[in-house]
Amino acid sequence: MNKSGAKRNRLKNRNAEYYILLAPFAAFFFLFMVLPVLSSIVLSFFDYDMVSLPEFSGIENYARMFIDDETFPVVVKNTLLFAIITGPVGFLLSFVLAWFINEFSPFVRTVLSFLFYCPALIGNGLFIWQIAFSSDSYGYMNSLLLSWGFIDEPIAWLRNSSYIVPVIILVQLWQSMGVSFLANISGLQNINGDMFEAGAIDGIRNRWQELWYITLPSMKDMLLFSAVMQIASSFSISTIAVNLAGYPSVGNSADTLVSHIGDVGTVKYEMGYASALSVFLFLLMVVTRKLIVKLLDTAGK
Amino acid sequence: MSNKKLTAINSGSKNKPALKASGRSQVKRYTRSKAGNFFYVLFLILFGSFSVLPLIYCIVTAFKPLEELLVYPPKLYVVNPTLQNFMALPDLLSNLKIPLSRYIFNSFFVTVITTILYVFIAAMAAFTLAKSKIRARRVFFLVVQLALLFNGTTLSVPLYLIYSWLGIIDTYWVMILPYIASTMGVFLMKQYMESALPDALMEAAEIDGAGPVRIFFEIAMPIVKPCWLTLTMFGFRDVWAAIPDGTVFNEALKTLPTIMSQVTAGGIARSGSAMAVTVIMMVPPILVYLVSQSNVIEAMSSAGIKE
Repeated sequence: MNKSGAKRNRLKNRNAEYYILLAPFAAFFFLFMVLPVLSSIVLSFFDYDMVSLPEFSGIENYARMFIDDETFPVVVKNTLLFAIITGPVGFLLSFVLAWFINEFSPFVRTVLSFLFYCPALIGNGLFIWQIAFSSDSYGYMNSLLLSWGFIDEPIAWLRNSSYIVPVIILVQLWQSMGVSFLANISGLQNINGDMFEAGAIDGIRNRWQELWYITLPSMKDMLLFSAVMQIASSFSISTIAVNLAGYPSVGNSADTLVSHIGDVGTVKYEMGYASALSVFLFLLMVVTRKLIVKLLDTAGK
Repeated sequence: MSNKKLTAINSGSKNKPALKASGRSQVKRYTRSKAGNFFYVLFLILFGSFSVLPLIYCIVTAFKPLEELLVYPPKLYVVNPTLQNFMALPDLLSNLKIPLSRYIFNSFFVTVITTILYVFIAAMAAFTLAKSKIRARRVFFLVVQLALLFNGTTLSVPLYLIYSWLGIIDTYWVMILPYIASTMGVFLMKQYMESALPDALMEAAEIDGAGPVRIFFEIAMPIVKPCWLTLTMFGFRDVWAAIPDGTVFNEALKTLPTIMSQVTAGGIARSGSAMAVTVIMMVPPILVYLVSQSNVIEAMSSAGIKE
């Protein structure tokens, strides 16, 4: 009895230490993340113009989305379109590139990963794309195509709804590489090398089998990380769209939910409604995350 | 006695990445075809140039003289490189109310403090979430993940109220503390620790009588060095480029990005100087990247020599 008591005590001390390690983050997380998110959710049931006090309005904000807001269906459609393309493509690219690069010597790996991390480093690099896709013949893309004779007059890339979407997808992919790409590299280097040796003996003959049976299952943790990061970024495309195509864009083709939230909240000062839209977007991403988690579980089976 | 054992465990696991690395490169050859190698080198070159072109464009433009800036079509190389775009910067920034050096100090001060706090606090929390058996950890981790999915646009009002309640508006703290709450770091570190710190290692250390805090500092942190170096790089990049909106009014507390927008706003004639500013602002994050990544690799190869 004495012995088990001592054991229990040790366990208690151990847990106390774990709580101490968690405490600083938990405090900041609660103050600057949980609290604001909760108040935003509460606010979504209120009418709030940022001048007078919030007024309870029940589910009016949510009803308005589906009944009274003409922009809503359009921005949801655009958001889903951007997410469905940039999400999976970005996710696959960040993994495939990391997987390829991992084969090289450390020096080559550092150089190559720097190249792919570049866009994330440039930070305010968006104006480069504004110049590249500007509508006059000075624009980089136009001048290139003109001098090569592909086109006879400059294309208004960002004022033509059939070009806006691909351009934004391109820029989004270019910029979203950074974090999940480097996370995948660190995850790949963490795989136990014996596994590959054992795999080769067990009859794994090519890199695809090796990828499916060894690499992917060992990478699950990092893949979940980059999947969630991809969901967060591909559903929230807005800065790029607003900077390149403006808001509202031509034919609303580049207007996303987040741009709409920004417009409703910080231009029209309807914070209650903007919060309801945020909650809707949040639920959309939560459902997507759930699906992705299920999908990732099938790797290696 | 227990100390010795701890270091033994520690150095033993330090060797592990090297074993992996060397074991891998020998095995890989059997499962690789020549055609496959050719295609993925091609793919890497194509994608690499797509990624790096805008950076090259930036650097080249920064060194172009005015005549070349106005050339149609814009060239990806510079004929007569000049420093005049950089020389023009002091003039463009001459109407500042506070000496430029103060902005530079602010930027480095805020970025370095924030990054160090961010990485440490995230790593500590991640360690608990990955390796403890406390009851709340699953729920807590789920909340951390979900927090990443809530868009920040509508959080500005509640955040402002919290800042003013804490009395940190218009101080350095408002630039430092909120970033620590971002969940990406905890998420990344936790995922990495799951596989980098095997349960057998944890048990061995516990049998030795080491508590979680000691295991964290003496065993876990050295092993997960590649991960926290990577996180340091992300943190530095984010904070370095951050512009606090509506929370810092005192000119003496502002950082470089806020004044740099003065230069980048301007017509084609200023595009050279705008690029010069962009290039200068990129230097510190790039240096941090190079230092951290070369450390990641050095940690692995030096362990290999010992072996």
